[in-house]
Amino acid sequence: MSNLTLKPTKPWKRTPKQQLLIAVNLLVAAAISFVIVLVTPMKGKLAYLLLFFISTIIVNFAENYFKSGIAAAKDSIATSFATAGLIIVIVPIFSILFTIFERGRAGLNFGLFLHDMKSNGPNDPLGQGGLLHALVGSGIMVGIALLISLPIGILTAIYLTEIKGIFSRPIKFLVQAMSGVPSIVAGLFILSAVVFPITKSSSGLMGGLALSILMIPTIARTSEEVLLLIPNDLREAGIALGGTQWRTISLIVVPAAKSGLITATILGLARVAGETAPLILVSGGGDAVNPNPFHSPMGSLPFYIWKGFTFGTPESIARSWAGIFVLLSIIFLLFIAARTLSGSGEKK
Amino acid sequence: MSEDKSPITTPGKRELTNKPRFSDKVFRGVATAGGLSSLVILGLILIFLGYQGFQVLRSEGFGFITGSNWQVIQDNAGNTDLSASSFGIAAMLVGTLLCAALAVSIAVPISVLCALYLTFYAPQFLKKIMVAIIDLMAAFPSILFGMWGFFVLMPHVEYWAKLIHKYFSWIPLFKMEISVFTRSPFVAGVVLAIMIIPIITSVSREIFSQTPLDRVQAAYALGATRWSMIRAVVIPYGKSGVVGGAMLGLGRAMGETVAVYTVLNLVYQINWHVLIGAGGNVASMILLKFGEAGPTETRALMAAGLVLFLLTLLVNSIANTIVSRTGGKGR
Repeated sequence: MSNLTLKPTKPWKRTPKQQLLIAVNLLVAAAISFVIVLVTPMKGKLAYLLLFFISTIIVNFAENYFKSGIAAAKDSIATSFATAGLIIVIVPIFSILFTIFERGRAGLNFGLFLHDMKSNGPNDPLGQGGLLHALVGSGIMVGIALLISLPIGILTAIYLTEIKGIFSRPIKFLVQAMSGVPSIVAGLFILSAVVFPITKSSSGLMGGLALSILMIPTIARTSEEVLLLIPNDLREAGIALGGTQWRTISLIVVPAAKSGLITATILGLARVAGETAPLILVSGGGDAVNPNPFHSPMGSLPFYIWKGFTFGTPESIARSWAGIFVLLSIIFLLFIAARTLSGSGEKK
Repeated sequence: MSEDKSPITTPGKRELTNKPRFSDKVFRGVATAGGLSSLVILGLILIFLGYQGFQVLRSEGFGFITGSNWQVIQDNAGNTDLSASSFGIAAMLVGTLLCAALAVSIAVPISVLCALYLTFYAPQFLKKIMVAIIDLMAAFPSILFGMWGFFVLMPHVEYWAKLIHKYFSWIPLFKMEISVFTRSPFVAGVVLAIMIIPIITSVSREIFSQTPLDRVQAAYALGATRWSMIRAVVIPYGKSGVVGGAMLGLGRAMGETVAVYTVLNLVYQINWHVLIGAGGNVASMILLKFGEAGPTETRALMAAGLVLFLLTLLVNSIANTIVSRTGGKGR
């Protein structure tokens, strides 16, 4: 018995030599692109990036070709392209986040959450007025949408996963089709079906109805996926204990899927919180806090942003960016909540 | 144990039935009603938009889709004269398709490469973070893309457009007589492409990750490099799924309103040249005209909404059929 202990190794891990080689390759590529920019009429950041990309490919290709042959060289090209794809996707995301942070900061202050725009125009100095009316309005409208969509969405999911009636396939198809309905069409529909024939005026309730059309498919599809994950054993156990289908689903299946269903709800909220077009059409957009969804126009966060943007002065646009900052923070928090909940649900 | 003196009573025959109880009947009824609501809502959208737009559609006939004149003519009493006015959305339809097609053709290669990287190249921690970030990006509100596109992206894209014009103006698509680069369909296409990248990426990623593991391993065992494995196994398997994802992105791009409104100059004229700052978009046109529209014009806008609804419904249905057929298919 020797006291030889085998350490787990990772043979696929890059050795320092290989890492150095990668760094050298990148440096060579950078140098090549720099020289080309220097001597040819191509100028600018775009030229640097493009040439750097091309020369990286060429350098890697050459290295792999002489080391391991044509197949490895082709593989290196594919790797370069895939990495470039990821970088092109990342750049706008970070640009967007950076822009919001940079431009939204100016308009952010605590008074934003205490005042509305009743006595201030969008052109007033940034310290005055606020978006309380928009927050209240968005909250009420999204709340109405939630009250309508949550039962319908979850019932649809239950129909698709538990009852599996004759309409299952067409309904699945229609729910998917519904998730592609353009938001402006939802606004037009509420306009044509409710506002023109019945109420004849815009109000928060109309906004909530329009949002619910966009929210139902999100909740239904996510809930369906969640319910499909519940093991069949639970359902069989419920039936075997003499439960009716109603009691099995309401007392066993739905509680088991609770955290997933909450996640579905939060994703639905995040989906509609930033919808702009239908709210412009149907909810009007008041400047004062209006807690009554049945009467008179109601402001909302997206409308507040939209109004500031279309007004077009530096102050109003700064207000818009501050509004976007608040809106995106809310969406971000909802998202984190959804992720944590679904994460803790999986661990159990 | 001794108290058992009473005669044993055998329980009567249990009643066996497969009839659902009353509570179950109610439950099933309610759930079915909930499930059918999507059918009802889609049907109602069709009926109401059709009802409101019927008058305009009847007077314009097929010209509503083929004409590109939007003129509201009022008679002396101030009412809109339907027979003299003309409503046609051809320019807007062409613009919608042009922007959406441009967006898809920019977004698909990038998304597919990104999905490939995330599925087969990325280290585990990077993959987790990136998937979360891309999901978050899919939930960004469209007005955010619009404002970012207007203030940050547009100057860059105009510069790119000038470069393309300089070197590729011999391609008919990039030709232009007047050099107005601002707010062109090209800018709108790039903004839309960034909006739909998360959708196409996540659909493609899901399809790629469903590639049967045994085939992947078989390819590696035969000595394939990562790229030849992807070309021989992943791409044939995931091809139609990517097409479906691209169609979903197309549907989203066609229905986009606010983001396009902010970066596109709406002009009533059929324009195929993507670099010229004059384009069209049905959804944005509805938003633009809605503010000052009279009753008849509003009806025409409803009809335009109906056309847009049917178009996106068609595209989405095709996309979903393709995607759901791909899932779980083995070859």
